[in-house]
Amino acid sequence: MVTAMQRPSTEQVWHWLNEIPDPEIPAISLTDLGIIRDVAWAGDTLTVTVTPTYSGCPATSLINFEIETALRAHGIDKLTLKRQLSPAWTTDWMTEEGRAKLEAYGIAPPQPAGGPKACPRCQSDNLERLSQFGSTPCKAQWRCRDCLEPFDYFKCI
Amino acid sequence: MADIDQTALLQFLLRMGDNTLILGHRVSEWCGKAPVLEEDIALANTALDLIGQTQLWLGYAAEVEGEGKSADDLAFLRDAWDFRNVLLVELPNGDFGQTLMRQFFFDAWSSILMPRLANSSDPRIAEIAEKAAKEVAYHVERSADTVVGLGDGTEESHKRMQAALDYLYPYVGEFFLSDDTDAALAAAGIAPDPASLRAEYDTFVERVMAKATLTLPEDRFAHSGGRNGRMHTEHLGHILTQMQWLQRAYPGNTW
Repeated sequence: MVTAMQRPSTEQVWHWLNEIPDPEIPAISLTDLGIIRDVAWAGDTLTVTVTPTYSGCPATSLINFEIETALRAHGIDKLTLKRQLSPAWTTDWMTEEGRAKLEAYGIAPPQPAGGPKACPRCQSDNLERLSQFGSTPCKAQWRCRDCLEPFDYFKCI
Repeated sequence: MADIDQTALLQFLLRMGDNTLILGHRVSEWCGKAPVLEEDIALANTALDLIGQTQLWLGYAAEVEGEGKSADDLAFLRDAWDFRNVLLVELPNGDFGQTLMRQFFFDAWSSILMPRLANSSDPRIAEIAEKAAKEVAYHVERSADTVVGLGDGTEESHKRMQAALDYLYPYVGEFFLSDDTDAALAAAGIAPDPASLRAEYDTFVERVMAKATLTLPEDRFAHSGGRNGRMHTEHLGHILTQMQWLQRAYPGNTW
C-alpha cells in the first residue's frame, strides 16, 4: 500500500518504465519509444498516460499489461492507465538513446526524409525499398544493395 | 461544441466505423494468400490500421448510443440492415488489382476527409481523425503507387486494372451523397458536407488514373444505399456470417 508519505517520485517511476522493453522490439524501452506521455500522482493514485503508436497496433494491450505488472511489482497498487490520442504519436518522440539502440539491433531508425540513412550493418547508403510495410505496423522493409542484407526500417510518422 | 442531435452524431460515427470495419475485414481476407509475401504483409498491416480505427470510431459510437454497449457489441451483434458503410467497401476482393483499386478509392477519400475532421468541433472526433490521418497518408501513398504500377504495367495488368476501375467506379459516388444527417453535422462544425470533398477527390483520382494510363468512366451514376442503410448489396450478409459467427455461436465468448 502506497501512502502519500512513501510514494515513489515520478522520476523513480520514469526510471522503472525505462526498464520495460517494447514487446515487439525488445531492444528499446517504452520510454525510448516515446509512448509514455505523462506520469503523475493524484493523492495515492498514479496515472500513467500512454499514446498508441498505430491505432491497430496489437502490442498496445500488451504494453498496458507490462506497465501494470512492472509498477505493481514495485508496490504501486492504485494505478490508472490513460490513453491519449492527441497529439498523435510521432517518431520525433523517440529518444536519441532509443535510435542508437535500434540501429545497434539492426533496425534503421526513422528519418524525416522518409527512408533509412544507411544500412544498419555496413553503413552503405546504396539502399532500396522492398515494401512500405514490415513485420510490425511501425516498420518497412528495405535492402542494402552493397551487402545485400534486407533490414527493417522504422517508419517516420 | 454546438448542440447536435445525438441520433445524427451516432449515425455519423457508425458510418465512419462501419466503413473501416468492413473494409478492414475484407482486406484481411488476403492474409496468407496474397501474390507475394511483401504484399501479404502490407495488406495485413493496412487491415490492422483500419480495425484499429474501427475500435476508436465504434467505441465512441457505443458511448453516444448510451446503452452500455462496447465497440465489439456493435461490430459483432448487429445485422446487415444496421450497418452504415458505403457499398464500395463490402464488394468482393476480386483479384489483387481490384482489391488495390478499391483500396485506392477508399484511401483517397479518407486522406481528404481525415485532415478536415481533425478540425472538428467535437474534440473526440478531432483526436481520432488526427491519429487516423497519419495512417491513411501512408496507405494512400501505397495504394496510389500500386494502381499506377499495375495500370501502367503489362498488357495483362493494365487490362485487369481497367476492368477493376470500370466495375468499382459506380460505387465511388456514394461517398459524396449528402443527406439530412450530414447537413446537421456540417451546421454544427462536426464534419464537412460530403459533397464538398468531391472536387478535390476528382482532381486527385484523375491525376492518378492518368499516370496509371487508365480511363475513368464518364458516367457519374452512383450505386447507393449503404451509408443511409436503405439497402446493402448481397455481399454484406456473407461477410457478417464469417465475421460474426463466433459471437453468434458462443455469445460473450472472450480470448
